[in-house]
Amino acid sequence: MARHQKFLGTKINPSRFNRTQVKYIIILIPVLMFMLLPLIYIFNYAFKPIEELFYYPPRFFVERYTLQNFVKLFAVTGSSGIPMSRYLFNSIIVTILVIGASVVVSTLAGYALSKLEFKGKKFMNEINTLALMFVGIAVMIPRYLVIEKLGLIDNFFVHVLPYLAIPVGLFLIKQFIDQVPDELLDASRIDGASEFQIYTKIILPLIKPAIATVVILSFQTVWNSADTSTTYINNDALKTFAFYMNTLTANTNGVAGQGMAAAASLVMFIPNLLIFILMQSKVMDTMAHSGIK
Amino acid sequence: MASLTLRSKRKKPRATNNRNKVAYLFIFPYALMFMIFIVIPVIMAIFLSFTYFDTVRAPEWVGFQNYIDLLTDDPIFMQKVLPNTLKYAIIVGPGGYILSFLLAWVLAQLTPKIRTIFALIIYSPSLTSGITMTVLWRVIFAGDNAGYLNSLLIKLGLIVEPIVFLQSQEFLLSIMILVTLWSSMGVGFLAILAGILNVNQEMYEAAYIDGIKNKFQEVIYITIPSIKPQMLFGAVMAIVGTFASAGVGVALSGSNPTPQYAGQLIVNHIEYYGFNKYLMGYAAALSVVLLLGIYGLSRFAYKLFGSKD
Repeated sequence: MARHQKFLGTKINPSRFNRTQVKYIIILIPVLMFMLLPLIYIFNYAFKPIEELFYYPPRFFVERYTLQNFVKLFAVTGSSGIPMSRYLFNSIIVTILVIGASVVVSTLAGYALSKLEFKGKKFMNEINTLALMFVGIAVMIPRYLVIEKLGLIDNFFVHVLPYLAIPVGLFLIKQFIDQVPDELLDASRIDGASEFQIYTKIILPLIKPAIATVVILSFQTVWNSADTSTTYINNDALKTFAFYMNTLTANTNGVAGQGMAAAASLVMFIPNLLIFILMQSKVMDTMAHSGIK
Repeated sequence: MASLTLRSKRKKPRATNNRNKVAYLFIFPYALMFMIFIVIPVIMAIFLSFTYFDTVRAPEWVGFQNYIDLLTDDPIFMQKVLPNTLKYAIIVGPGGYILSFLLAWVLAQLTPKIRTIFALIIYSPSLTSGITMTVLWRVIFAGDNAGYLNSLLIKLGLIVEPIVFLQSQEFLLSIMILVTLWSSMGVGFLAILAGILNVNQEMYEAAYIDGIKNKFQEVIYITIPSIKPQMLFGAVMAIVGTFASAGVGVALSGSNPTPQYAGQLIVNHIEYYGFNKYLMGYAAALSVVLLLGIYGLSRFAYKLFGSKD
């Protein structure tokens, strides 16, 4: 048996199930449990009625489902009389703006950096690869000063602008456009297409997987980010749901708030999950070209 | 940017020149945002690190004083922040990275359907950005009988009194590491998985004919060398992710500084000095040290997996 397998070599990405795979599944089960545990927790707690939260010893699974927590979450208003729906609305608008704008900004730049010739191209590619290592919170203070100088404090667009230049997004797009054959573009140029037409008619349709990946990356950064609200916004009406969610969890030391906090986590988490499930095959497609050479 | 536009003025054939202009136009929005929110803050951090700046008066040049203070006059940094950051970074960075490779490799041995579901489960915590999810970790590690871990340990008879995990000097850092690892199987993990799946099958067959004997040799001689670019991307993402999620200690314990500085990392130290003490120059010096550290680690990753220099 063992000899036979050796001869065949390994079976990475096997097409059919066989017994040798069982051992890998057994290895993975504890890991999967650990990864899932907190998620199962929010699903259960979000639907728990308040009496069940006070059970001792605490029980993990919900017994009587209820939407109480969601009703309370949506009815509750922030300290300054701002309803939760306002935060949610802000988050949705900010997320849509960031996704739309960052896709345009990074695909345009990615096309130029991949297929157009210009002075400084090599340098800019290198700078962007270097910027993959950039950690925003390391320079939070100078960033704050820049934003203050630009008059963006308490401006709605402070939620949007800092998230438009995502080096990872541009990098993945550029790597993906590199796969488009030059002949295709040259043929259209001979037919008289302008660079902008080539960008909209040829490049954009061909790089949908990479666009999907940028959508997911910017969605995750923006939807989950409470930092901009905490740091740059004083006006409560302009803050986002992620921020509200953070204050909610920071203030729930008591048992009673746990159900509501879990419901809020669920509202945060579900869109993340749906978007990723919808686009996962495209993401994997992009990731195949993600390498830094 | 200035030098770029200057040089483009050199005489060129018309068509190319035009395309040149289009290229600058295309890249302009990204470059502008990149300058404002990435390049300028980094340059400012470097400049401010040589000044005393309290945000009220203009920055005052102090030379290397902030760096000297950092080395000689900040016992909290030397005794708590630096060791905490190193411990956290070493376990979460390389540890998480090795874990993501191992998980990706094991997943690659499975059939597509099972693999997709499993990969989604492993990836899903990273969707949440660890900090938003601290709500649930706070219940699991809650410091009274109602906390899951405490209630479990009491039931097993291992402890009598509940442990206040999130305020404890012994446990906070370890819990932070656990939570970050939980949420660290992100883009880098997916890249490595995609890389492994795309290794040419014939390479393995050829290698077995050449005398490779087991899966371990397969990984060392075929898989890793074939996916070096993805390994490097994954490594850079691991390093960045490690430091970007460093706010988790403050989120878990609910205070900055964390209790007895137990979970204080350099990122929290920067925030504390900048926004609580208004010592912007000193905070900037800390930022520069952090950026240099990240750069150094990434260089090391390039040495391991990079194809050039």
